[in-house]
Amino acid sequence: MDINKPSQAGTLESNDVYVQLLPNPNGNIEIKLKSIVYKQFKDQILQVANQTLKDLQITSCVLIMDDQGALDHTIKARIESAVKRSL
Amino acid sequence: MDPKVINSFKPYQGTVDVIKGGRFECDKNKGHHDKVIDDLNKALDQLPLCDGMTLSFHHHLRDGDHVLNMIMTNIAQRGYKNITLVVSSLFPVHAPLIDMIKQQIVTKIYAAYIAKEIGIVISQGYLRDGCIMHTHGYRATMLIQKEVIIDIAFLAAPSTDQAGNATGSEGITSCGVLGYAIADAQMAKHVVLISDTIQDVRKPEIRAEWVDMVIKVDAIGDPKGIVSGTTTITKDPVGLLIAKRTADFVEAAGLLKDGFSFQTGAGGISLALVQEIYKRCQTQHIKGSFASGGTTKFLVDMLEKGYLKNIYDVQCFDLDAVRSVKNNPAHIKISAQEYADITYKDNIVCKLDFVVLGATEIDTSYNVNVTTGSDGIIMGGSGGHADTAYGAKMTIIVSKLVSSRLSVIVDQITTITTPKETVDVLITERGIAIHPRHQELIDHLKATTSLPIMDIKTLYDIAIKMTGIPNKIKHTDKVVGVSLYSDGTLLDTIHQIKED
Repeated sequence: MDINKPSQAGTLESNDVYVQLLPNPNGNIEIKLKSIVYKQFKDQILQVANQTLKDLQITSCVLIMDDQGALDHTIKARIESAVKRSL
Repeated sequence: MDPKVINSFKPYQGTVDVIKGGRFECDKNKGHHDKVIDDLNKALDQLPLCDGMTLSFHHHLRDGDHVLNMIMTNIAQRGYKNITLVVSSLFPVHAPLIDMIKQQIVTKIYAAYIAKEIGIVISQGYLRDGCIMHTHGYRATMLIQKEVIIDIAFLAAPSTDQAGNATGSEGITSCGVLGYAIADAQMAKHVVLISDTIQDVRKPEIRAEWVDMVIKVDAIGDPKGIVSGTTTITKDPVGLLIAKRTADFVEAAGLLKDGFSFQTGAGGISLALVQEIYKRCQTQHIKGSFASGGTTKFLVDMLEKGYLKNIYDVQCFDLDAVRSVKNNPAHIKISAQEYADITYKDNIVCKLDFVVLGATEIDTSYNVNVTTGSDGIIMGGSGGHADTAYGAKMTIIVSKLVSSRLSVIVDQITTITTPKETVDVLITERGIAIHPRHQELIDHLKATTSLPIMDIKTLYDIAIKMTGIPNKIKHTDKVVGVSLYSDGTLLDTIHQIKED
């Protein structure tokens, strides 16, 4: 599935992640991650993001994440909300 | 009489030169009681400035300080290099130092606390000779015992008379107390006060006998950054829960009894805790002896209502504390030496029953870090953390277990600020961990209370299950700073961070 309509979810509060979803003209998944715990958790955050998109059968989008230290379930919930809002 | 004795005295040569105020030539027309120069440039022209000099500043004006930037900018413009700064603490307002560090105008820093804005350039390796992170108490020790010699101390004085009798509790930029500046004033080769308010001073904590020069400027600081107008307690339910649980622990451990003494920080959880303690004192009619350290409204309330005999104050955090220290004789000003110098026999920290402190990281052996973030960047420092932990009978660390995906408990802390031998309890929203050296207390609390007491490794597992295991932070071999203990011994080294 492609993302055709921009959407967003989450906030910039501590322990949350603000996500934006945009259509990707290149037709693949691109993730841009900014995080206050980038050094410590970048691999884990990207892994959760990729897995969540895969589970929702998204094959093309630009996912922009501004992370303030969200736990995995928060990241998953925010991406899921954004995906549902974009459909 | 032996003529040798008689001739050992210099013959009288008139009154000129007999009276000298301090170590500088005075303008004889003004007399030695007036040390005021109202032009910063002219004043600095008279000082023995040179490359490689050691200068000191205090941090009582906190994030509202103008003095360090004002003096250092002028000195940098004069082209001096290789300067060592002996500052009690650096705040975000001191960001102009960043360029001076990069240009090697400032090449070495002694401090008890360095804000992240400046810490980051030090962690990147720009400060040529590195930073020495010490405690508030050891700063007094090292100055008084001449381990470090200050050439010129530039001391912001909210109010001073013309001779240099100065106080922090009067004037428009009033900060309450000048406790951290006293060792500088006593020990520096040259002592210069910087003030915007020249007036008679009632109870000076800096005495004119130590002072060589007073520079009058328009404003030494911005009152908004010096103390907060009102102190607010956290509304965060997790913080409030930790505060309540800490009060429960203190009470159940038998620490809350007539004559108790304590210290807390000024963070949100600590303030909520002081209010919890105050409530319990009221309902159970318990009267404490003293509180120490940084002072806020809530301690002042306890003092005024008779639930504390004294406050020993080394620093005021809000306007109520400033008002109280100015007017209430039971609210006593102390110096850093009297507060936390562990070689000083009558120090306050060693009289504390319990102290409540924060932590950036704590390892499963109870070593605590408040110097570097978990990303390895300098963003704080001991202040009085290690001193009070050493002195107090019970050292309680309070923290959220997980905040912004970081667990406060880690398998290996980035920097040791306070050693495990002096830390007793960790209180979090998920559970309380007590050091095994207190097995009797652990058994007692498990038998008589419902407090969630558990092994620190169990708490660590709970946290890691939520956050995942963080990647190790990469460092280079280059040492950019050291973390010193209360007695000046080396606790740990701080390494340069490796950029990705």
